[in-house]
Amino acid sequence: MSILIDRELCIGCGRCAEVCPGNLIQMDGKALMKYPKDCWGCTSCVKECPVNAVKFFLGADIGGRGSLVYTKQRGDILTWVMECPDGSIKEIDINRKESNQY
Amino acid sequence: MELQKLHTDVLIIGGGTAGCYAALTIAEHAPDARVLICEKANIRRSGCLAAGVNALNAYITEGRTPQDYVDHARQDAAEIVRGDLLLTMSEQLNAMTAHLERLGLVILKDEKGNYVTRGKWNLKINGENIKPLLADAVNRLEHVTVMDHVNMTDLSVSGDQICGAFGCSVEKEIFYSIRAKAVIICTGGAAGLYQPNHPGFSRHKMWYPPFNTGAGYAMGIRAGAEMTTLEMRFIALRCKDTIAPTGTLAQGVGAKQVNALGEVYEDKYGLTTSQRVHGTVMEDLSGRGPCYLKTEGITPQQDSSLMKAYLNMAPAQTIKWLESGKMPSQQNVEIEGTEPYIVGGHTASGYWVDTNRETTIHGLFAAGDVAGGCPQKYVTGALAEGKIAALSALNYMRSHPAPEISDAEISEQMASAEKFLHQKQARFDCEQLEEAMQTVMDHYAGGIGANYRYNEKQLAIAEERISQLETLSDTLSAANMHELMRIYELRERLTVCKSLIGHLRARKETRWHCFAEHLDYPERDDANYLCYINSKLENGRIKIIRRRLVREEEHYEHPDRP
Ligand SMILES: Cc1cc2nc3c(=O)[nH]c(=O)nc-3n(C[C@H](O)[C@H](O)[C@H](O)COP(=O)(O)OP(=O)(O)OC[C@H]3O[C@@H](n4cnc5c(N)ncnc54)[C@H](O)[C@@H]3O)c2cc1C
Ligand code: SF4
Ligand code: SF4
Repeated sequence: MSILIDRELCIGCGRCAEVCPGNLIQMDGKALMKYPKDCWGCTSCVKECPVNAVKFFLGADIGGRGSLVYTKQRGDILTWVMECPDGSIKEIDINRKESNQY
Repeated sequence: MELQKLHTDVLIIGGGTAGCYAALTIAEHAPDARVLICEKANIRRSGCLAAGVNALNAYITEGRTPQDYVDHARQDAAEIVRGDLLLTMSEQLNAMTAHLERLGLVILKDEKGNYVTRGKWNLKINGENIKPLLADAVNRLEHVTVMDHVNMTDLSVSGDQICGAFGCSVEKEIFYSIRAKAVIICTGGAAGLYQPNHPGFSRHKMWYPPFNTGAGYAMGIRAGAEMTTLEMRFIALRCKDTIAPTGTLAQGVGAKQVNALGEVYEDKYGLTTSQRVHGTVMEDLSGRGPCYLKTEGITPQQDSSLMKAYLNMAPAQTIKWLESGKMPSQQNVEIEGTEPYIVGGHTASGYWVDTNRETTIHGLFAAGDVAGGCPQKYVTGALAEGKIAALSALNYMRSHPAPEISDAEISEQMASAEKFLHQKQARFDCEQLEEAMQTVMDHYAGGIGANYRYNEKQLAIAEERISQLETLSDTLSAANMHELMRIYELRERLTVCKSLIGHLRARKETRWHCFAEHLDYPERDDANYLCYINSKLENGRIKIIRRRLVREEEHYEHPDRP
């Protein structure tokens, strides 16, 4: 499990590197995932990125099939977007003001 | 490296759950006191709460009392708990919950405005943003300074009194020497001691944060602090591959543990935390694996709620369901035990503290997963301990001026950090030694590969091999500050491993399956082991100390204090 950073999209704000609980992302003007094997998969960096340049995936060793996941935020709605390898897109909206049902 | 000397009234090491709450407490009770939080990452998303949590696991629900919670935790831990610590924590759980709600945490309520409970002790929440909420509250405080990206490495102790601590920036070549009147240690537990479930690319897809490396335990052990019950390891029962929590399935939709034949096996082995893991291991060993949580047959509505709940705490699980195209209603969720962790918020491992959460080092207080004797803390319990420790630290600070840290000690500490930056790369690198440590622990100290079991002979080998690795770790070299942090992490894990092995050897019985399963002594032995196993490092050796059980009626003070 790890992240990919789209350096074309990255605007170099540094927010992902700032929040990563493992200090795994470094800035060289833009963000660079320095230690891909050390990612915990907490998705803090994904949620922090203002331009959706950070995407998250499951490693093949834990059954990942190549989808990339990022989040979009509008007010209280956090939308999780999954780009599947076949090009299809799945979205799930979470209202941050609503509790889990379980 | 540049040296920066700082001083403060209260130093908080680790700005996680307990650390943030300790700062909030001090600001409320002594607004003029200067507080410094040194955090390895950034308090916004550091530690256990980074991804979010799924519920508040410790709340005294309607009709129950704090004493009931003590009884429940004692039963789950087969007696080896501190009644005084559990009770003082339990009495605060609901106040902590109310405070979290005031900070903006969403907690599910019914039409009458009462919290909706899950099981006996849980509240349903949206815990995705719990850490940013705590961090925002801390960042608003006037006299609290947060230093992010500072990795603390050692305590400064004179006699048996705390003077402060040392650390390094993880980015810039800066060494910090911090003098304080009182120190609160809140660095969480230790992950990465044992080979993880997936040692390859996803090696860090573990339950406990891989960045909580046992620094707090190691600092204390090296400084001569007494530790308790390290042998009560924590092994979590988790969703296969994603290592996502199972409570949401078990308690949320009532999913039972079933084997590959579809038989419910949980009743056969018992329902304590360790028995649930044990049952799963036994079913696997009997050829009836893999094991699952039986979710087949739940409704599509429940599927959709589960997908959302997991996104709020362990998004990998939802992605797994989506990628496989099989929802939990269509396919049972496979489960497995994790590698063992040392985590005083779930079991009773950690610093030996008095009722006020003072460690055996005067002026050093411990809270959260780093503090021992008090299992089943979870989020609200860690907050409660942060509060208790903070109030005790304030009390202490008023009557104890900050001792000086000598220049000689500063130079020595700084030189030992600089050594790694200057010496040439030896035969092995940090990653190789880390893998070696995890393999040794897996094979000889009861890791996943050994079905969590060990015997005397194996523990003796583990002890010898860990000592060898400690020696080798002296030869490592770091090209930058991040690599220096990694060397410190390895060294603190080795220190914890050494003490842990000493504890596993000392408890010659099997009180908890899997958590401490000693093959030479497969039975519970109340005649000899209804006591705490504590330890101290003396002249490089682990000294074991047995202590009698402490009940909740008692206010415990350290007996040997001069
Ligand atoms: C994945 C996960 C899910 C959980 N889910 C729930 C749940 O749903 N409900 C519930 O009630 N409980 C849950 N828990 C338990 C609960 O979150 C923890 O028990 C509690 O947060 C521990 O608080 P803490 O302050 O001791 O540790 P943490 O919050 O982890 O804080 C430790 C801090 O110390 C910092 N640190 C570590 N080493 C150093 C160093 N050398 N120098 C400086 N800083 C350092 C870390 O970066 C971190 O910020 C969960 C735990 C985990 C891991
Ligand atoms: S997912 Fe978490 S651990 Fe991984 S890079 Fe992002 S912030 Fe760091
Ligand atoms: S948060 Fe996004 S835009 Fe900012 S540095 Fe990271 S990847 Fe680039």
